Amino acid sequence: MEEVGIVSYGANIPRYRIKTEEIASVWGKDGRSISEGLGISEKSVPSVDQDTATISVEAARAALKRCAINPKDIGAIYIGSESHPYAVKPTGTIVGEAIGATPDLMVADFEFACKAGTAAIQTCMGLVLSGMIRYGLAIGADTSQAAPGDALEYSAAAGGAAFIIGKDQIVARINHTCSFTTDTPDFWRRAERKYPSHGGRFTGAPAYFKHITSCAANMMNHMGTKPDDYDYAVFHQPNGKFPIAVAQKLGFSFEQIKQGLIVSFIGNTYSGASPIGLSSVLDVAKPGDRIFVTSYGSGAGSDSFDLTVTDAIKDLKRKNAPSIAQMVADKEYISYGVYAKITDLLYWE
Amino acid sequence: MGEAVARFWREIPQRYNFMGNKCGSCERIFFPPREACPFCRRKSMGKMQEVQLTGKGEVVTYTIIHVGPEEFEEQVPYPIAIIKLEEGPQITGQIVDCSIDDIHIGLKVESTFRRIQAEGYTGAIYYGYKFKKCE
Ligand SMILES: [Zn+2]
Repeated sequence: MEEVGIVSYGANIPRYRIKTEEIASVWGKDGRSISEGLGISEKSVPSVDQDTATISVEAARAALKRCAINPKDIGAIYIGSESHPYAVKPTGTIVGEAIGATPDLMVADFEFACKAGTAAIQTCMGLVLSGMIRYGLAIGADTSQAAPGDALEYSAAAGGAAFIIGKDQIVARINHTCSFTTDTPDFWRRAERKYPSHGGRFTGAPAYFKHITSCAANMMNHMGTKPDDYDYAVFHQPNGKFPIAVAQKLGFSFEQIKQGLIVSFIGNTYSGASPIGLSSVLDVAKPGDRIFVTSYGSGAGSDSFDLTVTDAIKDLKRKNAPSIAQMVADKEYISYGVYAKITDLLYWE
Repeated sequence: MGEAVARFWREIPQRYNFMGNKCGSCERIFFPPREACPFCRRKSMGKMQEVQLTGKGEVVTYTIIHVGPEEFEEQVPYPIAIIKLEEGPQITGQIVDCSIDDIHIGLKVESTFRRIQAEGYTGAIYYGYKFKKCE
């Protein structure tokens, strides 16, 4: 079979941060113990003029800056998010226009909680391999919100990453992908409601852990690999604790997941989480490095990827766009008051 | 409301992508694009060509807005600058992701894609360029 993989990548993380301790102090909670319990010290917050569309455009433009492909050769754009700015009217058309890929292309918005971005990568792989398109653009991005005072308020953050998928000039070959999907109501948001609901303790074992470990085990079975065969591993990161625990369960070391573990510094970016983790790995990856990725989306499902970095990574102009480490470091702290104002908490439906 | 949506839609190439134009007679570049060159007038008719600008430039002067229009109230205080684009035209734009103390005349800036305004909670959302410091 012909090869398919990542031709370029780019990410975007809003600059505002709010500390876990700042949120906790508003609700009379012990910030330090919450921060330690979640493994999150601060989270990114979108400005009033940032949303999933602006994050997606900036991530896509960063990916294009690093490579030499003509945007008109992009034949499909799929954007995975649970915070598309419109309920009806696609985010993908805004991105397509803003990067100069319109009008001869396929566009649709995806939704599958936190794994819609990796589902978009799989869709682009299929279209590229079938020869229907030359390049596909897959984006995972979110500006997730949690109800004031809810446990998720400490983690719901903003950010996203974009991947150009194609057959030529591949910097990371996707050796294989597989998914694991069941109907599990661990987290949801009803149509027309602003904030999500979740199944409390139910979100751990039967949801996150079962899907990721099953999907990851299937992948290693298909490929005949074991955790030691990979240089890096990225797991969905709703908090700083789950990905470390799931890595341990599967037999991956902390060293393998460290580079892709960004949640502690920016919070849970939902559809952006695994894509940002993978971007952070690609920021430092060398030819021959093997990367293991497994995302998770509530509702529920996981997508696994086995990638090998190629020699072409040396020609990718990675410095043409900021690295994840640079975006994590470029920040401005805000108070809960400013946070409430700019994230529209003061409006009640 | 319908008219505002239509106007914004017509302006998407310039608002998203810095599509300007150039007079084929005197080579002057315009942003936003013009129907005709104000210098060459009739000589420029049919000779205006689309030009893609980089969206990069330099702050010529700026002011800090403390009392903004209704849709921008949440953002005060914020800087509005006159920016001289690399290709020559001067335009007005908001500077974001920059503390007010860091802004100065001569600051190098580049465009960033942002929400410009939304018509309340039910109307259309308008996107376009703002500026941030160059890395
Ligand atoms: Zn002229």
